[in-house]
Amino acid sequence: MSHGNMNLTLKIWRQNSGKEKGQLVTYPVKDISPDMSFLEMFDVLNEQLVSKNESPIVFDHDCREGICGMCSMVINGRAHGPKTGITTCQLHMRSFKDGDTITVEPWRAQAFPVIKDLTVDRTSFERIQAKGGFVSVNTGTAQDANCLPIPKDDADSSFNAAACIGCGACVATCKNASAMLFVAAKVSQFALLPQGKIEATARVKNMVAQMDLEGFGSCTNTGACEIECPKGISLENIARMNREYLVANCKD
Amino acid sequence: MSKLDSKIPEGNVEQKWTKYKSSVALVNPSNKRNLEIIVVGSGLAGASAAASLAELGYKVKVFCYQDSARRAHSIAAQGGINAAKNYQNDGDSIYRLFYDTVKGGDYRAREGNVYRLAEVSNSIIDQCVAQGVPLAREYGGMLSNRSFGGTQVQRTFYAAGQTGQQLLLGAYSALNRQIGLGTVDMFARHEMLEVVKIDDKARGIIARDLVTGKLERHFGHAVLLCTGGYGNVFYLSTNAMGCNATSVWKAHKKGAFFGNPCFTQIHPTCIPVSGDHQSKLTLMSESLRNDGRIWVPKKKDDIRKGNEIPEEERDYYLERRYPAFGNLVPRDVASRAAKERCDEGHGVGASRMAVFLDFKAAIDRFGKSQAKKLSIENPTAAQLKEFGKQVVEEKYGNLFTMYEQITGENPYEVPMRIYPAVHYTMGGLWVDYNLMTTVQGLYCLGEANFSDHGANRLGASALMQGLADGYFVIPYTIGAYLSKEIAVKPIPTTHEAFVAAENEAQAQIDKFFAIKGNKSVDHFHKRLGKIMWEKCGMARNEKGLKEAIVEIRELRAEFWKDLRVTGKPNEMNPELEKASRVADFLELGELMCMDALNRSESCGGHFRIESQTEEGEALRKDDEFAYVAAWEYKGDFTYEMHKEELKFETIKIAQRSYK
Ligand SMILES: Cc1cc2nc3c(=O)[nH]c(=O)nc-3n(C[C@H](O)[C@H](O)[C@H](O)COP(=O)(O)OP(=O)(O)OC[C@H]3O[C@@H](n4cnc5c(N)ncnc54)[C@H](O)[C@@H]3O)c2cc1C
Ligand code: SF4
Ligand code: FES
Repeated sequence: MSHGNMNLTLKIWRQNSGKEKGQLVTYPVKDISPDMSFLEMFDVLNEQLVSKNESPIVFDHDCREGICGMCSMVINGRAHGPKTGITTCQLHMRSFKDGDTITVEPWRAQAFPVIKDLTVDRTSFERIQAKGGFVSVNTGTAQDANCLPIPKDDADSSFNAAACIGCGACVATCKNASAMLFVAAKVSQFALLPQGKIEATARVKNMVAQMDLEGFGSCTNTGACEIECPKGISLENIARMNREYLVANCKD
Repeated sequence: MSKLDSKIPEGNVEQKWTKYKSSVALVNPSNKRNLEIIVVGSGLAGASAAASLAELGYKVKVFCYQDSARRAHSIAAQGGINAAKNYQNDGDSIYRLFYDTVKGGDYRAREGNVYRLAEVSNSIIDQCVAQGVPLAREYGGMLSNRSFGGTQVQRTFYAAGQTGQQLLLGAYSALNRQIGLGTVDMFARHEMLEVVKIDDKARGIIARDLVTGKLERHFGHAVLLCTGGYGNVFYLSTNAMGCNATSVWKAHKKGAFFGNPCFTQIHPTCIPVSGDHQSKLTLMSESLRNDGRIWVPKKKDDIRKGNEIPEEERDYYLERRYPAFGNLVPRDVASRAAKERCDEGHGVGASRMAVFLDFKAAIDRFGKSQAKKLSIENPTAAQLKEFGKQVVEEKYGNLFTMYEQITGENPYEVPMRIYPAVHYTMGGLWVDYNLMTTVQGLYCLGEANFSDHGANRLGASALMQGLADGYFVIPYTIGAYLSKEIAVKPIPTTHEAFVAAENEAQAQIDKFFAIKGNKSVDHFHKRLGKIMWEKCGMARNEKGLKEAIVEIRELRAEFWKDLRVTGKPNEMNPELEKASRVADFLELGELMCMDALNRSESCGGHFRIESQTEEGEALRKDDEFAYVAAWEYKGDFTYEMHKEELKFETIKIAQRSYK
């Protein structure tokens, strides 16, 4: 099977650790096939670096099919690259042209410090989830699943919110580095279901409080997050969370 | 007595688990607080086990190699999860799910385990719904079901094409709740490298912090390995890039027997390989086979595009060969049939290693029924097509989008091209009814164990097994062991066994850096994958397997002579991580071939060319091989095989037929 024939110039952010300074480093790559994924192009480059005894570029990835939320690159200034509705790993080289120069940087946000090269620390998301991203139900205590009918539209909307993959592109895209879309998606998933309503007040208050503590910026409704979100998480979720938050605070 | 005691409770199959639960020893709440459990893995099995055990009061530590527990590869499961709810009133029952699973597994699974699995399946659905998992629903508000390969009832629950994601996020939410409550300590970006054994009992692990590169020692009264499957031995598979066998393999070398290592599932509906650069394969959910029809051109070497080939020149080979199940035959049958057609010269696409999966008939059919529903008389052809596409989009939209992204072709207009790919490993650490391995206090859950699927796993049954093990089995069975451990105080990690295990892990790392060879880890991994795929893949024979064993040994020797690992040990270093995984694959691959060589029958996903019927179907040899092959590591790459005889007391064992 043949190699491709695209030649590209890559400018990639290299940073040895969070404590050291980083910079863009230029790498040429040759014979790239349009059928390769963007990360397979990185594999090719990394193999080249290994063959020259240089350190390969460190980047997060795992499933390579757009669902684990691990991959995270800002490509030519856009989180997850030039196409909408996909993650970095789902981007294919047919989206580029022979001769292109491509700049690749990590997510940039105070709450996502760089660990190495293109890898950042997103544990701030984890701490927000641990504050309320759940229904408090112990294993084995549930009633029959069909006891409580749920309107299909509610179930579907809840699913749409729950489709968030926790990648952080929304934060990386936002000029304020706000995590509203991510938090709102989780709050909405539960707010739309009867199972989630019982703890709704505490959930929204605790998750928002933790979000603020982590150093995410505030939301100024620019809507950039919705555009770059690979899973199409809608801004309606933010509106819903704001309502939930207001109601929660009125109850005090 | 043989070395293997499966500890299946006495009595008839319907009562084993009920009786077990009411008689198993319990640990009282104040003692639970003093017992520490290590859970390696945060997929469906690990996350559900960790959350449930923490709810019970145990102190739990969870490890995963990704940056978050939510990213375990369970997240990628698309199609659905089975349960015997019989919500569709179509004749389903616990017995039928049990029967289908044993039959689907080609009579190489334990009746007792499978019955328990079917029994707890219903509670899983209840649990997930209560957690706020948004499973698909009908307009009346009730849960929706679809059918899946190898069954004739609709028992599969789903959430669009993202069932694994939603179920994992459910288990992850339960885990987060416990993390918030302080009962679970989470160690993300940590990779387990060794098991620590003290007085023949598992007492902890050595893990590497993947950010700092530091080796850490962790104590536990019990250790649960929930680390998923080892399909990445083949290099190309539907697994995630990081999926590995390290935890189970290191455990194996410390005394845990390996059950049926050669049982691998090759999934029939994956997107074909597009070139040498390929790093992984993408699955298209098998639910597509509900409505898509599989075919190849009748003519050999037909290079026309799918749409240009007229109806009468198409061979719908599954419908032809298996009229009763048609496109819904089990995975192993569908995969082999595709290989057979391609090997005979009927393959399609540039590589000629693909078959068509066509939705045209479905679009027509859905279009008509939708027009009727909307009371549109005399709809135009364009309208019908549009309606049909809408229904297909509603059912499979995300899969169609995924296909288009990867291949650049629009599957609403042209038939998809698919080919089988390595997907799941039925083999794994041997466990007894308690899910304990042959090492005391060392458990294995989820895909990592060998237990419930025999020689072939039915679709939508792995999610069920992972959550059954974690939510509903281990919380009971671990009591049988821990109730005897309550007097054991936490052992300080300065104990010599911890020191020794850490030294072993360190020695391997040092060895990698000392080689200073010329070839990358991926180079070796790809070569191993090629040997495995060609000689221990969809069809195996004695000659090929014997060659493979020799080739793998040579490759392993070369690996240890000519490997290059760049960078340093004490930093984030993915090359080092890969090296340690591939080192284990290079050993496990050999054992897989040995097991495949020993089992000279065909069964389920294991097809020995020497053992087939006149029509080319798999031929089991029940009098010789109705056993689990459990391999014991004897040092220096020698192994001893132990047999656990399988007894079929409830189901009459028969040659599988889907005709
Ligand atoms: C693409 C795809 C689609 C599928 N679709 C379906 C479906 O529709 N229905 C169905 O029933 N099944 C499906 N399956 C199978 C099913 O998803 C898996 O068998 C199941 O999810 C495995 O769960 P698990 O918890 O055992 O392991 P995993 O989810 O793989 O989790 C493994 C965990 O172990 C951790 N880990 C691994 N090694 C180490 C180590 N050395 N140190 C520390 N941590 C480690 C990982 O970080 C991860 O947290 C599918 C599988 C794939 C690949
Ligand atoms: S909301 Fe979208 S962009 Fe933000 S974390 Fe979720 S999936 Fe990623
Ligand atoms: S690698 Fe999993 S979403 Fe990209």
